[in-house]
Parts: sequence; structure tokens; C-alpha cells
Amino acid sequence: MKKKVLTVDDSRTIRNMLLVTLNNAGFETIQAEDGVEGLEVLEECNPDVIVTDINMPRLDGFGFIEGVRRNERYRAVPILVLTTESDAEKKNRARQAGATGWIVKPFDPAKLIDAIERVTA
Amino acid sequence: MDMNEIKEIFFQECEEQLAELESGLLKLNDGDRDPETVNAVFRAVHSIKGGAGAFGLDDLVSFAHVFETTLDCVRSNKLEPTQDVLKVMLRSADVLADLVSASRDGGSVEESRTRGLLKELEALARGEMPSGGAAVETPKPAPAKAAAPAPAAAAAPAPTDESGFQPIPFTFEGFGADEPAEDLSTFEVTFKPRRELYAKGNEAALLLRDLSRVGEMSINCDMDQLPAFDKMDPEEAYFTWTIQVKTAKAEQDIRTVFEFAEWDCDLDVKLAESSAEELPMVPVPFDLSILDDGASDEDGDDAGAAEAAAQAIAAAETASNVTKMAAAAARVEKKESQAAAAAAAAAANAANAANAANSAGQTIRVDLDRVDRLINLVGELVINQAMLSQSVIENDTTGTSSINMGLEELQQLTREIQDSVMAIRAQPVKPVFQRMSRIVREVADMVGKSIRLVTEGENTEVDKTVIDKLAEPLTHMIRNAVDHGIESPERREAAGKNPEGTVKLTAKHRSGRIVIELSDDGAGINREKVKQKAIDKDLIPADSNLTDEEIDNLIFMPGFSTADKISDISGRGVGMDVVKRSIQALGGRISISSRPGNGSTFTMSLPLTLAVLDGMVVTVAGQTLVVPLTAIVETLQPEASAIHSFGANQRLISIRNSFCPLVDVGRILNFRSSQANPVEGVALLVESEGGGQRALMVDAIQGQRQVVIKSLEANYTHVPGIAAATILGDGRVALILDVDAVVAASRGQSLRQDTGMKSDMSLAATG
Repeated sequence: MKKKVLTVDDSRTIRNMLLVTLNNAGFETIQAEDGVEGLEVLEECNPDVIVTDINMPRLDGFGFIEGVRRNERYRAVPILVLTTESDAEKKNRARQAGATGWIVKPFDPAKLIDAIERVTA
Repeated sequence: MDMNEIKEIFFQECEEQLAELESGLLKLNDGDRDPETVNAVFRAVHSIKGGAGAFGLDDLVSFAHVFETTLDCVRSNKLEPTQDVLKVMLRSADVLADLVSASRDGGSVEESRTRGLLKELEALARGEMPSGGAAVETPKPAPAKAAAPAPAAAAAPAPTDESGFQPIPFTFEGFGADEPAEDLSTFEVTFKPRRELYAKGNEAALLLRDLSRVGEMSINCDMDQLPAFDKMDPEEAYFTWTIQVKTAKAEQDIRTVFEFAEWDCDLDVKLAESSAEELPMVPVPFDLSILDDGASDEDGDDAGAAEAAAQAIAAAETASNVTKMAAAAARVEKKESQAAAAAAAAAANAANAANAANSAGQTIRVDLDRVDRLINLVGELVINQAMLSQSVIENDTTGTSSINMGLEELQQLTREIQDSVMAIRAQPVKPVFQRMSRIVREVADMVGKSIRLVTEGENTEVDKTVIDKLAEPLTHMIRNAVDHGIESPERREAAGKNPEGTVKLTAKHRSGRIVIELSDDGAGINREKVKQKAIDKDLIPADSNLTDEEIDNLIFMPGFSTADKISDISGRGVGMDVVKRSIQALGGRISISSRPGNGSTFTMSLPLTLAVLDGMVVTVAGQTLVVPLTAIVETLQPEASAIHSFGANQRLISIRNSFCPLVDVGRILNFRSSQANPVEGVALLVESEGGGQRALMVDAIQGQRQVVIKSLEANYTHVPGIAAATILGDGRVALILDVDAVVAASRGQSLRQDTGMKSDMSLAATG
């Protein structure tokens, strides 16, 4: 069965890249545009792994991760954070919020798939 | 979708982000302190940077990065967004926009501009307030890649443009890089996860799996800390693994495996003694297959086992809700509830699909050609429908109402289809308006004035062609308003006005047209000076007696320029006459009203589309012509007493005590050789370029109607005096008169191919 990935990113460019990369790699991809929408679709899409951006309108990545972790059913779903450079402070905040790992931008398909495979069975 | 398409999406998104950025900065400039505004501004730059990074647009990335850092200071309240700070930011936004265009279209941005701003931004981020523009002396290494491609290399297209998507090669640091393959070493890894590791979605089994990919390994699990079953906390971590890895890779590679987990476990990696293999350790076969169903009990998912047991006691229906950690032992129950779960999943899937489709399908990108083709076909449909109606009316003597009703419905539908199709091309004027704010900024900076641009109705929609052609005249008028309209701050203060001037740009729909107003709160038109200038330039007789309005309108006359000296900004060899003509070419009108001391307002009224035209259908020497309604001021039936001969074969008509040259359209177009008798025809009073009025003589008026414009050039060839053609309801082709060309011809210039400014109508028409 295809693994399901929920991506949360407000940039159309990045959303498209994620979609193309993940589909090519054989994942089923569900996309949300910000944290609020991410939490909304979470319940129905039941993802195997989540990839989220940090800077987003309405609800940012930190808030989104906390929201996922508060959800009894999804509190152990692996969450990967897209961050720029290796911004240590942001990475730490994301980790404290409950992120599993991170993918350092610039966006690179190989890196993304690699990171997803590392955190999923 | 391939990377090139995504790149195009990226540039599209950049435009949106840039617009967002600018409007956010302007809001801040107006004193808006809503944190969400700052966030939006930050996000805009951040998004551009993110996308640019993925495409390897280094110039863009390095500039956006510094900009973002400074914005982050504002976001975290370390930097107060004062007007001075915002000035730097707005200029940075302009440079960012230029960098985006340069990345898209090739070309480059002056390096000095980028570098200067980078310095200013960096200074702001360090908490230094902007000084009077003096370069901050910091020997910061110029952002290595900010250097745009040398402008000298004009022949070579910008490298970024050609290369397409360039994946940045990625390696885990030193991943198998310098290690000789045959040189195997053995590492001893001690790994003790803490409960946080699981809470964050990491998984000991997966880490061990990844480790197994580094080299051959044997595992020993220390379970001593595992308490009795009834004392066990299902979410606690009790195990410690000792792993021996025989590998050609470096210690760093082993640590990289635990990159995501290193905070949440005790990890020790060291080179094992050479005798490692002799250690009495029982190798535990590491079976990866267990991971296939998400289970991990055998390798000691301690917490999982415990919780699973607890779950087993609990009700079976909650089985599908267990966390992943419990998944291992819950497998059995899961199987039982699988049927139910599958059904639920199917439903959820359907919902997802709908949801995904929803979020992805809000807009589609369509080739403009296709839209034009559709518009063209709808035009044909409109014509066809009109022809059908006409022939039914002609043949239907009985007046059967069912056919007529059907026809009426068809007409209604056709009109709706036409409107909807036109709406596809309709776009908000926002992008053009936004470009103007930059122009105001730049020109105001250049002339040392402080000016605010206020825009209203940016979401008013109008045909894309109109928008595209609007930018140039609008730019010119804005430059004028800033350069000439608004006074210097000192003079404004002396006049008791706010030293900061305001230029206001508004758009609204009014009776099927778009009305754009540009007003300034400057000094207004200096009528004395304007009139004198017009007299000096022989544009009007010295003794002419003009109303205020007429004087104001003198600025639209060809060869008129009010600036005492031609300045760098508005004196680019184009006057307001050119502005007026380009507006007219769009089928529009422009007028000015000025209040001395209080400023001027230019009002432009434009058609919503260039594909259809409101025209007056007239007959001239047996031919049917269409005169654009926008050109006609009034129509009148001349009386013999009002016609006066003048010169050899010129005639004038007197209208309310003023004389207006009579233009015989039939003769100009060579429809007939002799002069028509004006009394038998109708005079159409038209306003031509330069503001003068002419009376066009036609034989009769048939009516007024909307016609679909068909290009003559595209279908036949250019005909002097004719702007385009259309097909009437009865199937006949009617020519659309180029009023300006006909008037010019009447002045004695012959109708030649190159007569004056030809209407843009023929260009706008499709098919």
C-alpha cells in the first residue's frame, strides 16, 4: 500500500515541488496550505508521515506540530520540518514542539525522500 | 508537471509575494502595527527565498536572506519600523522585484544597488539607524553570490534562466567520501533512547534499521531495567542497545543516523578495540521484515509491548485508535477491526481526494491564445445569432411567437456567454496600480519630495489588453503628478498644507466602463502660465478667450509641455497629448479638472474590453460604416443657414456661435467624387486628437449597437481611414471608421498607410 504523506506549506511553488517529488517516489500526497488546514485534513487523511513548513499564515509550523501531538491518534506520527539553512533556534523550537526530524532547504527531492524513509517503516 | 512548469509557478508566486510585500510595507508605513502585517511581509520574502533556493537562483537567495533577517528583527520587535527604516525596506522590495525579473527574463541588477542596500539592511539588523545615506563602513564580504552576471556579457543569456532546475547536490557530511572502501573498522555504539524519542515520532527500530545500512552489525539489547509487567509504564523507554558496526564509513556517518534523535537518547559511538569480534557478545539477527507491517516488538519496543497489553484488556473497538507505539502488539486486534477500518478509510480517502482537488483546483492556467480563440468564436456566435434573428424577422410574416421566443432566449444566452467569456480575460487593475507605487517612490526620491500614493478599487476588473496598455500612460501621468503636480515640501508648508503630498489613484466601474481617476493635492494647473505657453507656442491665438476648462485642456495639445525646463523625469519627449492619444486608442476618454491651490484630477474612462465596441452605424454613399461611440460628442441635423463655405472647398458649420470644420466622410474615403449636400445628411460632432472638434458628414444614422471587432490587417490588409471591420446582423461587412485618421486627412494630409496614430483597435481585435 502506498504511504501517505501530508504536506503543509503556504508556498505554491514548494507545494508543487513536494507533490511532484512525492508522487514520483510513489507516495500518496495530501496537501494543506497552512497549519489550520493541516489540522483540519489530518483526521480524514490519516497520514503515515507529515512534512511541514514553519512560516505560515493563520497557524505556523510550531503550532501545527503541537496540535498534531495533542491529538491522541496522531501523537506518534513522524513529522518532518522544512527549515532554511540550519537555523538552530528554529530547529530546536520545532523539536520542542514535537518534530521528529527536519529537512534543510533549499528543497532537494533526494533529501526529502531520504528523510521520509528514515522516519517511516 | 515538470520543473520548468513549477519554475513558472514560482515566478507567478513571486509576483504575488512581491505585491503582498509591497502592500504590507505600505501598510506599515501608514502606521499599521498589526503583527500579522509584519508576519505577512516576512513570509513573502521568506517564500521567495525558499523557492529561489530550490531553483539555484543564488542572487535572489542571498539578497532575500539579508532582507529576511532584517525583517525578522522587526518581527521580533528588535527594530522599530520607522519611516526611515521602511524607506530602506521599500527600496529593498524594489530591488527584490528587479532581481526576480532578472532571474526570470535574464539581465541583471546593478550590483552597486544591491550591495548598497544589503549594507543598509545589515546595518538595520545590527540596530543601527539609517543615516543620511552615507555608506556604512563595514568590510562585510560582499554577499558572495550577489554579484549579478556582468552586464558586459549581454550576448549571453543569464545563466540562471537557461539552466532550469539545478538540484543542489546533497551529501551527508563526508558520507563515504574520503574513506577507502577496503579499510573496514568496527564501531561500538551504545544507544539508550529516552521516552521523548518516541513522543516525537522517532522509533528505535527504524534507527537501528538505518544503522544496519551503514555496515554489518550485531546487536545486544540490555533489558535489565525492564520492570515487572504490572509496574511498567507503557510509554517509558527501558532498553539499552549495544551495537557493533563493521563499516568502511566514518564515525560521523554513524552519528548522522541518529541525527534526528540525538537529543532524546544517550548515544555513544567509539571505535571498538580490535579484539571486538572476540567479545562474548551474542549477535542478535536484525530482522528488517518485521518493519513491513509497522511492528517492532521483537527488537524490543518495550513501551509498545506494555501498552499493547493494556490495550488488549481494553475494548477492542478502540484498537484502531492506538498510537503507533502500541501498534506492535495491537496487531491482532487490528486485524479484527480491519474490515471496519477499511470502510472508514475508504470514506476518508474519498473525502481527501475531494479536499486535495479542492485546494489544488482554485485556479487553472490557460494559454492566452486559447482564450482569444474562444472569444473569437463567441464573437462569431453573436454575429450568427444576429443574422438568424434578422432573417427570421424578414421571413416570418405570421409572427409565430414560439420562434421569436426561442430567438429571444438564444439572444439572452449569447449575451451571457459573451459576458462570461469576457470575464475570463478580465483582471483586477491591482498589478498596474502597484507598479505605480514604486514609480511614485522613485520619482519622489529623485525630486526630493515626500509623497504618498493612495489607491482605491484595485480589485476593479478590466480586460487584460486594456490593463497592459494602461501602464504606460498611467506611468507618465504619475511622473507628471509627482514632478509637476505636487509642490516641494517647503512650498507646501508655506501654503499651509501637509508637507507630504498625496497622489490618489482610484478605479471603479461606471455604466459599463472602467473609470480611473488620478488626483493630486498639489498646486493645480497654473492657468496663466499654461495659456501664455500655448500662446508662445502658437497653439492658440494670443487674443483667444478661453474658459478655465478649455485652458486646462490645453495641456493635452500636441507640442505642449509645461515644465520650465525639461526635467529628467517627465520630460521624456512625451507630452500629455501622447497620453491622451494612447487612451483614445483604447477607446477611452480623458479629461482634467483642476482646482488652483488644491490640485488636479485626471479622469479616464475606458471600455472594459477591446473585443467589442459600442458603435453608431451610419450610411455613407450607400456604404455602411460604424463610428466608435466614444468619439462622438453629439449628432445634429445641419440647417442650410449654418453651413458656411470657406476657402476653395472647405466648409464650416456653425454650432452655438462657434465654427467647426465640416468633414465629408464620403469624399475622404473616396466613396464619391462630388461633395454631398450637408443639409441632406447628419453631422456627427467628434473630438479628435489635439482636442479640436470636427463635424463628420454622413448620409444617415441607422442605429447604435455593439459590434464585434474584426481585424482588417489580419484578414485583409490595412486600409487608410479604417480601423477595423465588423459583421452586421444581416451578414454584411461594415467598416469601422478610424476617426482620427479621417480628421487628419481632412486637414489636407492625404490618407496614407502611415497616417498619424492609427487606432489600436485593429491590433486588439482577434481573427
